[in-house]
Amino acid sequence: MTRHEPRIDTSPKVSDEVRRTTCYMCACRCGINVHLTSGKVTYIEGNRDHPVNKGVLCAKGSSGIMQVTAPSRLRKPMRRVGPRGSGAFEEISWDEALGIATQWLAPLRATAPEKFAFFTGRDQSQSFTSLWAQSFGTPNYAAHGGFCSVNMAAAGIYTMGGAFWEFGQPDWDRTRLFVLFGVAEDHDSNPIKMGIGKIKERGGRVIGVNPIRTGYNAVADDWIGITPGTDGLLILSVIHELLGAGKVDLDYLSRWTNAGCLIDETEGDEKGLLLRDDLGKPLVIDRRTGDAVPYDTAGVRPDLGAVHKGCRTVFQHMAERYLGADYAPEAVADRCGVPAARIRALAAEIADVAFNQTIELDQTWTDFRGETHDKMVGRPVTFHAMRGISAHSNGFQTARALHVLQILLGTVEVPGGFRFKPPYPKPAHAHPTPHSVYMPGRPLDGPHLGFPQGPEHLALKLDDQSPARIDKAFTWENPLSAHGLMHMVIPNAVAGDPYRIDTLMLYMANMSWNSSMNTGEVMEMLTRKDGNGDYMIPRIIYSDAYASEMVAYADLILPDTTYLERHDCISLLDRPICEADHAADAIRWPVVEPDRDVRGFQSVLVDLAGRLGLPAFVTDDGRPKYRDYADYMVNHQRRPGVGPLFGFRGHGKDVGRGAPNPNQINAYIANGGFFAAEVPDEAKFFKPWNRAYQDWAVGMGFYDTPQPYVFQLYCEPMRRFQLAAEGYHERQPPDHLRDRIRATMDPLPIWYEPFGEEAGAAYPLHALTQRPMAMYHSWGSQNAWLRQIHGVNPLYVPTNVWEAQGFREGDWARLTSPNGTITVPVAHMAALNGDTVWTWNAIGKRKGAWALSPDAPEATRGFLLNHLISELLPERGDGHRWSNSDPITGQAAWFDLRVKIERVDAPDEAQPAFPPIPSPVPPARRNRP
Amino acid sequence: MTALPPPSAKKLGLVIDLDTCVGCHACVTACKGWNDQGYGAPLSDQDAWGANPSGTFLNRVHSYEVTPETGAPQLVHFPKSCLHCENAPCVTVCPTGASYKRAEDGIVLVNESACIGCGLCAWACPYGARELDQAAGVMKKCTLCVDRIYNENLPEVDRVPACVRTCPAGARHFGDLGDPDSAVSQLVAERGGMELMPEQGTRPVNRYLPPRPKDRLEETAPLAPLLDIQATGFAGWLDRLLDRI
Repeated sequence: MTRHEPRIDTSPKVSDEVRRTTCYMCACRCGINVHLTSGKVTYIEGNRDHPVNKGVLCAKGSSGIMQVTAPSRLRKPMRRVGPRGSGAFEEISWDEALGIATQWLAPLRATAPEKFAFFTGRDQSQSFTSLWAQSFGTPNYAAHGGFCSVNMAAAGIYTMGGAFWEFGQPDWDRTRLFVLFGVAEDHDSNPIKMGIGKIKERGGRVIGVNPIRTGYNAVADDWIGITPGTDGLLILSVIHELLGAGKVDLDYLSRWTNAGCLIDETEGDEKGLLLRDDLGKPLVIDRRTGDAVPYDTAGVRPDLGAVHKGCRTVFQHMAERYLGADYAPEAVADRCGVPAARIRALAAEIADVAFNQTIELDQTWTDFRGETHDKMVGRPVTFHAMRGISAHSNGFQTARALHVLQILLGTVEVPGGFRFKPPYPKPAHAHPTPHSVYMPGRPLDGPHLGFPQGPEHLALKLDDQSPARIDKAFTWENPLSAHGLMHMVIPNAVAGDPYRIDTLMLYMANMSWNSSMNTGEVMEMLTRKDGNGDYMIPRIIYSDAYASEMVAYADLILPDTTYLERHDCISLLDRPICEADHAADAIRWPVVEPDRDVRGFQSVLVDLAGRLGLPAFVTDDGRPKYRDYADYMVNHQRRPGVGPLFGFRGHGKDVGRGAPNPNQINAYIANGGFFAAEVPDEAKFFKPWNRAYQDWAVGMGFYDTPQPYVFQLYCEPMRRFQLAAEGYHERQPPDHLRDRIRATMDPLPIWYEPFGEEAGAAYPLHALTQRPMAMYHSWGSQNAWLRQIHGVNPLYVPTNVWEAQGFREGDWARLTSPNGTITVPVAHMAALNGDTVWTWNAIGKRKGAWALSPDAPEATRGFLLNHLISELLPERGDGHRWSNSDPITGQAAWFDLRVKIERVDAPDEAQPAFPPIPSPVPPARRNRP
Repeated sequence: MTALPPPSAKKLGLVIDLDTCVGCHACVTACKGWNDQGYGAPLSDQDAWGANPSGTFLNRVHSYEVTPETGAPQLVHFPKSCLHCENAPCVTVCPTGASYKRAEDGIVLVNESACIGCGLCAWACPYGARELDQAAGVMKKCTLCVDRIYNENLPEVDRVPACVRTCPAGARHFGDLGDPDSAVSQLVAERGGMELMPEQGTRPVNRYLPPRPKDRLEETAPLAPLLDIQATGFAGWLDRLLDRI
């Protein structure tokens, strides 16, 4: 036996240089340290100073080097030369590409701006792209929220001025019970992992409510394997239990919500609206005097039990509804797939932590009515949910129910509870309303997207009341569609309903593959021609950094850079990276220069805006205002002194408000790629009602005057739509929608069966997807490391179905929905709701895309559930095809899907199989390095 | 055959919390990223964009379903890398002395210039913790980031393995398991940290913290109603409730 220890260098030089920028593998937008050696990226790690990730980094972020070197990167602008979908392109110069785009777009702007539609996918510059579209003058702009999580966002904003993820987060340092609903690996992923770690370290508990026990649900102390689409019913049953036991925070409700406001109960056009004074302020009955006074009167103590001229309070309406037998645990247990005893226990544990484990901080603060409080008292129960409960046709009301539950417990904006991230809280009425009035050669009349307060804010043409937008957002079909309906753009444009368009521009949106419902049909729509032999959508411009499936279906390709080669700002005007204790924004900057002839899409838009003379982007004499996106980031002012970046303004010391600073980007780079301003201690909680916070927010430039408000347990704008459906508004819905509006636009949360249930008993199973944590919200499959982790996606089948079908390992199944059939590999999973099958989303790829070889498992065994999901529901016999969306917001109801399963002999490959598309980039080399 | 050093006082290793690991694979790719450019040959990938992609990883996460006799089935995420055993069979089996255990801190390493790629060590390891790099032809394994943990070019706070630094859930801990007072030893004592397959006699240094007992929600007593609403009606309930303001 020998032994020899070689001398090794334990202190090697790590790299030549570290450049700090912002990750772009998903919507977390973590800070990263990019190590460079000899000018090449050699290692990427989390930035310890960064407010979002504090040094940690997920599997995607840590694989970023494989994104920056991926063989699927597009190399040069391209023009289609063969039939659309054939993948035949020629490379052209940027001058030519921009010339073509200008040639297409300028006449549209001059004559019919609505014939240009601009929709973005994983865009992180929406305050910029929306300004561009607004300046162009088209009403047809939105990002991907309509097929992602608009139900959660809109329900949160209408209820309390913000939802989860970008709007707020659990008080991770103090919460003791964290209840997680539905698929949630999909947003705020690193902060949630860090938060779960902190809770567990402190001995707190995590409860997961999800049909599938993976990821966070796998580490949850308790798992409630609920039946999909019934979360709202479970939540309302918990509310039933809490109310019955008196476990709601009455003081909180009377002070900070509209629980004490009176609802008009007299018949007529104001029935169901709040009683108001002459100035329009909602009235409450003051317990001290018995008088009806405005809700914000100094010292008022709203009486939750008051009755005034026959009108009762919001609280009484709520209590009466939810105490009803329909919401008793026994009444909902079977439908939810959760035993009644478990529902009772869930309510009891929530109540115990909320009311027996309160937290007190010795911190005085003064509320908007002028009362000073000597402590901050909190209830350490928190919740989180995103797409899981959102992506159903009852998702808006379900998300509302969850927000109302938090408010009833008094756990919003208190220590240990849910905390808003600046610039939120911001209630619906403080947001813009939708704008859709267009005129040739003129900018749109205001921001596209917003929060309607009533039918008067719908995006309907003033002359014939037809939809103004191509996606029919903000119409009677989905009045509160705050993020638009990107999933309806292509079907509507091809159907010419509400009208034909000429040019569709898409950014980072894989609409001919995993980002569309009914994928095969959408591919056909994109290539469909009219009687004249012209494409139904005559022109498609697409920008992406990679050879995605969508490339083949565009006519002009504007190749984007990777995330390390570009300027970006993650702006407070948009969706910033704030934490509850900090306002923060960040930049990306070219830490390496592209080695291809590609340009950041935002800089391309700045260039195009100059060529088109878009008002926000040119000087009075028509010259381009900005050199590129970096120049815009520094010099654009949305309001005087308020620009895309809030740090280092003026001479470098101004925060929030200040003149443009030519050295701002360098200052951000020196600061690690971000800027953070701490919320003062007195302002850290109770933000909607806290004078110190309101004043600080004005100073930061979030808004121009303090705007305190109370939470909207009762959502009055929804009632205004119901009133219209009852005949009481000058704008009237079409008759065929009246019943649905009356039923679904309930101003108090309700639960109704998801529309997908109409498929009936022939389709006994629910089918779901989720993204794996290592690929969430990202481009994953072309990543050489990540595809080794998630290269295949079997359909996971619960034990009862597995045994009933006689499945064995390696088997395949035919999965059929009312919309279609797929044939896919199956795998057994025990930790799964017995009525549910699921798979990883977007692993399946089209042959020829992403520079993968055509025999890659993603293309032969990988599959999409999208083929089974239609953007329209089956015909009902009333002559109308209803969008497969939430009737309130238009959110795509991906998770309403019902299927049946049967074992089949293994085919050669997953079905349907589409012919390969020629790759627009050279084949990848075989091995690495 | 290669000899092991006398047991070291310092036993560097990992403590991995199976109660907290969400199975996100962050540690897997952070490890790959660091070690692709760190100690020894890069961690190559074969058929990287093709039909059968495979590559060298020093750390992988496996997921196992567990169905207890009572209660709901569970999923356990199980990160696996070299355990830096005290009786490392991968060292004693090495014909060239390439595999060795450091006397100073117990880290098991491969001296790549002496490795002939025979693969005996991978066969000897009962944990499957070694992978032969197909491009370099040498055996690769977790080095505990020996080129990070003592690296004076890194800030002190960063002198931990890449997997530990990146773990978002804080499920990975690094330290001296030979020192009973170290944070990691304390954690092992508090949480009942386990050796992996002790029957193999390998005496691994790394420890796994077991998942806490799960699915005990029903042990919570249900809430007591304020009163019998059926009997008193809504008005009775409201009076009783609001008396408490």
